[in-house]
Amino acid sequence: MADALPAPVRRQVLHDALGIGIATGLYGLSFGAVSVAAGLSVLQTCALSLLMFSGASQYAFVALASNGAAAIATAALLGARNALYGLRMSGLLRIGGVRRIFGAQLVIDESTAMAIGRERDGEPASRLAFYATGASIYLLWNGLTLAGALAAGALPDPRKFGLDAVAPAAFLALLAPRLRGRGPLGIAVAAAIIALVLTPFVPAGVPALAAAAAAVASLAFREAAP
Amino acid sequence: MSWTVVLIACATCYVLKLAGLSVPARLLEDQRLQRLATTLPVALLAALIALQTWTSGHHLVIDARMGGVAVGAAAVLVRAPFIVVVALAALTAALLRLM
Repeated sequence: MADALPAPVRRQVLHDALGIGIATGLYGLSFGAVSVAAGLSVLQTCALSLLMFSGASQYAFVALASNGAAAIATAALLGARNALYGLRMSGLLRIGGVRRIFGAQLVIDESTAMAIGRERDGEPASRLAFYATGASIYLLWNGLTLAGALAAGALPDPRKFGLDAVAPAAFLALLAPRLRGRGPLGIAVAAAIIALVLTPFVPAGVPALAAAAAAVASLAFREAAP
Repeated sequence: MSWTVVLIACATCYVLKLAGLSVPARLLEDQRLQRLATTLPVALLAALIALQTWTSGHHLVIDARMGGVAVGAAAVLVRAPFIVVVALAALTAALLRLM
């Protein structure tokens, strides 16, 4: 199938895939450090990158490490959009059996975005973009997670290096493109305020879930409106 | 953190990915599903940004993290690459703690 691709397109796709793999992989370095700083072992940190392989879910999971149920629920809620990416990608990839079992793990923000970005070059280019981006990020993300986890173990106090500012700044960078328009921005601000107001009074993890519930309620409210 | 929690979370996230690839593509047309999928992560990430910037346990606090995140936000506004945003946030928080 790749034979149908003109060499320049093929080269460009692979080049982009490597570039985004490096950028995202470096973020894996900070994930490794943040996870160990949150109290997970190096092995658990690596298991998350190998098996969960979803940046936002992983960050949320370790941020809520003190409350197992909330950590699982929030990771799942953040991972739920991968299911919707999967709906989008199933028509492109058309895979079953073992290939679907392995291919599913590569369904993340970046691989989906790159596949959609290459649709103008045809399905073979789009498929190559999906697999090349997914594979490149998977390898670099996991390698650098291990490096970050080990390096964090050698640090006396991660806060000395500002590592505790890394996760919220990373979330902000991930979230920013989704905040265009009054609706999403309003929901984001409301969610932040709800979470902060609840923090002194409820168990860890609940503030984020309550904020998510408020967002669902606001959607239902808007649908009920004429 | 217990291994059981780690593995349940990993399995849940993986099953979500697999479920998406396994569902007929026509369900993508559901508008409510699309809106929910775009709104929930926005609310959750926004809540987590606030919590990780301004809370410590059950207390609301203002410390070096706020400076780091503020500089990170400025970098996002000028469309700096992801890794630059993260590095500036860490560097700023680290420098504020030195002062």
